Amino acid sequence: MSTTPGHIDVSIEHKRADPAKSGGDGGRGHPNTCPTCDSHYRDDELAETLRVCGQCGHHFPVRAPERIAQLADPGSFDEEDADLRSADPLDFFDLKPYRERLVEAEMKTDLGDAILTGRASIDDHPCRIAAMDFSFMGGSMGSVVGERFARACERSAEDGGVVVSVSASGGARMQEGILALMQLPKTVAAVGDLQDGGGTLLSVLAHPTTGGVTASFASLGDVILAEPGALISFAGPRVVAQTTREKLPDDFGRAESNYKFGHVDAVVPRSELRATLARLLRLFGASQ
Amino acid sequence: MNDEAELGLRDRLAQLSGVKLLRGTRLSTELQRLERQLARLREDTSDEEIWRRVDLARHEKRPYTLDYVERLLDDWFELHGDRGRMDDRAIVAGLGRLDGRTVAVIGHQTGRDLKERAIRNFGMANPEGYRKAIRTMQLADRHGFPVITFVNTPGAHPGIAAEQHGQGGAIARSQAAMLRLGVPTVAAVIGEGGSGGAIAIAVADRVLMQENAIYSVISPEGCASILWKDAAQAKKAASAFKPDAAHCLELGVIDGIVPEPEGGAHANPDAAAVLLRESIVAHLEDLEASSPDELRRARRAKFRSMGVLAHV
Repeated sequence: MSTTPGHIDVSIEHKRADPAKSGGDGGRGHPNTCPTCDSHYRDDELAETLRVCGQCGHHFPVRAPERIAQLADPGSFDEEDADLRSADPLDFFDLKPYRERLVEAEMKTDLGDAILTGRASIDDHPCRIAAMDFSFMGGSMGSVVGERFARACERSAEDGGVVVSVSASGGARMQEGILALMQLPKTVAAVGDLQDGGGTLLSVLAHPTTGGVTASFASLGDVILAEPGALISFAGPRVVAQTTREKLPDDFGRAESNYKFGHVDAVVPRSELRATLARLLRLFGASQ
Repeated sequence: MNDEAELGLRDRLAQLSGVKLLRGTRLSTELQRLERQLARLREDTSDEEIWRRVDLARHEKRPYTLDYVERLLDDWFELHGDRGRMDDRAIVAGLGRLDGRTVAVIGHQTGRDLKERAIRNFGMANPEGYRKAIRTMQLADRHGFPVITFVNTPGAHPGIAAEQHGQGGAIARSQAAMLRLGVPTVAAVIGEGGSGGAIAIAVADRVLMQENAIYSVISPEGCASILWKDAAQAKKAASAFKPDAAHCLELGVIDGIVPEPEGGAHANPDAAAVLLRESIVAHLEDLEASSPDELRRARRAKFRSMGVLAHV
């Protein structure tokens, strides 16, 4: 394993783990250097292209606040449940205490956990956005991610609204043990209530969406979109390669492969994501 | 280790847990303090105990789903295939009679010898297995048959075809299907309840664990290799994430622990089956008083409330 402490909390490993995502992962390429074609960008250049490489089209990871800024109408986002934090039910301690990891992650990312949820509008269509952030402990799903997502669904269920989820996650958060696994049925139950109440889940899969998030809400969207090149799988490429001892196809688990096999409705370049979501919001009738 | 001290703490904790609302409620500092004390007591004493249960849960002679099926059910009829691609032998499904009622049974199955293990893929299901589970649940729902599941898998199969055929989506939809059922559902973890592959068929009104079963988000070896960078630290990992039945009960993840005969279920499968049957039937009878809507609502509410939160 070649991961750093800031990056080890994902239950699934990635064949082409992006150094850019791990932040502070010195020696493995600058976060603004394209891992595919080595083009290098200034921060403002990447921000302008929605963090997509102008040379080869590689989609750089996007933090949750920036993702919301890219998708939502300016000033429309109103965060909910910002006060929720993990309570460390197991008093979990590996090489360092989970509580310490949480504090470090919060200081590094300025987020309370690996998902940001709230009300917003997209092209004047009201909705809720639930955007995950891979830089907070590998986007792993514990009680807080599950709870914030579930509450977003519940609030939207009340008015038959739309939840737009953008996932980026290594899977369930091991430090919460079996309670992390229980976030799978918890979020699945929340989507069930949303959809039974006439609401809609539009699920956007960003790189990477693996493990418990793939095996729960992210796969249950009424419509599922994926970003180009995103790894979307239940088991990660490394685990599959080790288990099967077979050479993996080059596009193993990638968005394009998932599209080919019928697991996503469309692979949408980031430049078209906002317009695509706006069109879907119109189709599903979320108008003011 | 002071047994009395632990009993006293457990008692206090149980009282406080009764008023603890997981959803959106501040954990009282008192509760946290007690939990930490209890954790300390446990750490001092039970790491070996936890690992003994991991070993027992994986014991090669431990009864599997079909061992219980033949001891619990009459008129067993096995269903095969997902009606799409294939029959995944890592999951068995079928109908039978339990105490005078028809029930649907879904469970992971591992083989006794190498050949059968290969056929059963060591109890690691592919998407087709979860799709077989889903169609069996829906069949049961249409006919009003209670659904009983036996959970015993190291995890869902990590394979190229499994991913191409939608492993994650199949596990998600199996949970969604189970949460939608209007019939009583009881899940029993009878060995290793490993991660997504387990939860796919464990979203039940009542979730039981045999005394020596384990239930976890990742295998001890997997956790150790990621967090400790060394799979040999599995014992340490297991005592950190506590996959044993007592801890799962304390965390509110399961509803009951089913005792096993002296020495473990494999020491006396007939006696283990009797104990399992008693517990399953008691829970079924309890659930049969509820309407489909009540069952569905309560089941969703139960899983909706899982997790422990703090506020700032």
